[in-house]
Amino acid sequence: MATTNPKSSPTLLQPINPVGIVGYGAYVPRYRLPAREVARIWTGGKGSTPIKEKAVPGLDEDVITMSIEAARNALLRSQIDPCDIRAVWVGSESHPYAVKPTSTVVAESIGAVPNTQAADWEFACKAGTEAIVAAVGFVGSGMAKYALAIGMDTAQGKPGNALEYTAGAGGAAFLLGPAGESLAIINASYSYVTDTPDFWRRPEAKYPEHGERFTGEPAYFHHITEAGQALMQSMNTKPQDYKYAVFHQPNTKFPQRVAKMLGFEFEQIEPGLLVSVIGNTYAGAALIGLSAILDIAKPGDRILMVSFGSGAGSDAFDILVTEAVSDRQNRALKTKDYIARRTEIDYATYVRYRGKLASK
Amino acid sequence: MEIARHWRLKKQRYGLVGEVCPHCEAKIFPPRDICPSCGQEARDLYQFSGRGEVYSYTTIYQAPSGFDETAPYTVALVKLDEGPIITAQLTDLEDDKVEIGMPVEMVTRKLRTDGDERGLLVYGYKFRPFQNIPQKNEALPH
Ligand SMILES: [Zn+2]
Repeated sequence: MATTNPKSSPTLLQPINPVGIVGYGAYVPRYRLPAREVARIWTGGKGSTPIKEKAVPGLDEDVITMSIEAARNALLRSQIDPCDIRAVWVGSESHPYAVKPTSTVVAESIGAVPNTQAADWEFACKAGTEAIVAAVGFVGSGMAKYALAIGMDTAQGKPGNALEYTAGAGGAAFLLGPAGESLAIINASYSYVTDTPDFWRRPEAKYPEHGERFTGEPAYFHHITEAGQALMQSMNTKPQDYKYAVFHQPNTKFPQRVAKMLGFEFEQIEPGLLVSVIGNTYAGAALIGLSAILDIAKPGDRILMVSFGSGAGSDAFDILVTEAVSDRQNRALKTKDYIARRTEIDYATYVRYRGKLASK
Repeated sequence: MEIARHWRLKKQRYGLVGEVCPHCEAKIFPPRDICPSCGQEARDLYQFSGRGEVYSYTTIYQAPSGFDETAPYTVALVKLDEGPIITAQLTDLEDDKVEIGMPVEMVTRKLRTDGDERGLLVYGYKFRPFQNIPQKNEALPH
């Protein structure tokens, strides 16, 4: 069970120079596997399904190609010279290589090489927000003008397992830069981390395992509420101060319940709640919810985002939308455009697309 | 194994980077350092927009080795907005019927695996039907 060191009090993460989001971009592949298709194969179509459908990558897609498109959308919105990007950091559970960075291919593809940091981040579903915290520090210290942080996944569930209904594909890229150029300022963040055995995958295993009794209360709910409450307490804010909130979304129930626990109304989380139509996008989940919110946000809107990564930890962010948002929203495809671009597939096609067929 | 060739071609393959002729302004792809229009030296890098249209196409059912995992697939001659005609796979087609003159845009995708499942993944440009950017602000449907 997670315990808190009584001596440590919540301390906000705030850089010396204010930092914000200068560009952002989403990506969702076009294929959809309806949950009823999974149920048709494994339960004879009986029983309820946790979501409507999930996004599935095409045969020529992976975290590298999906990150490239999200990054290009972020660049379209920011209109900066990619040569000024000093870090390309990609958080994922499904990097195509065990050894060889996703981030170098992404950096090369968007023209950010060679004067840049590049690395892949790993912390289950919060690898992407961890990269954002680091990017805020990198920009806020004055070491970099811009840093690109991406959360992207092509999640896999064991055939017939509950996770197979929800393990989706997608994510978003965020270009961090000086607050003065930003469409949304990151006022502060706060991270809450413990060693909790709720979910893991060993290197040789294709599919993840979960520690049944650890998945809900001691993991997801504990970390998100601790991080969210500490952030609001230190910022001296209430749930009503935020126009929108977005939480990690492994299914439809968890984010709705954690929102209620923290004092948020459904209307605040609805625009960023995408899991029912794209599935759980793991390291991309909270971030693509944020991109959907930024697509419709107005200047002055305040947003609370709290991610969750198994193992376990949460990053909470207090975000303030600026005047610059209105011009930049329309410079690239929006999250809903990707969600609307939809080709339904059956279970057999899904099995082929996800490489679940063994031919040797 | 063709690792050196993949490495040498990465810029043009990932991002459609070609050349522009300093003498007659012709845009050149793939880069060849000599302008095909005026025959003079042309080494200035040029980032293509990625926009173009289908000039001609065919569907491959019997794919060469390395591409068999994704067969059947459609290969097209794409006329780029800047002029050059290049050969590339089309992707994300499903419901869209391919037509000559169809507007397309470049995306970077996985082309193939070099060798078996232990080999290098090769990425490069493909083209998909052009996705219009709608100019409206609307909430997501639920
Ligand atoms: Zn020339």
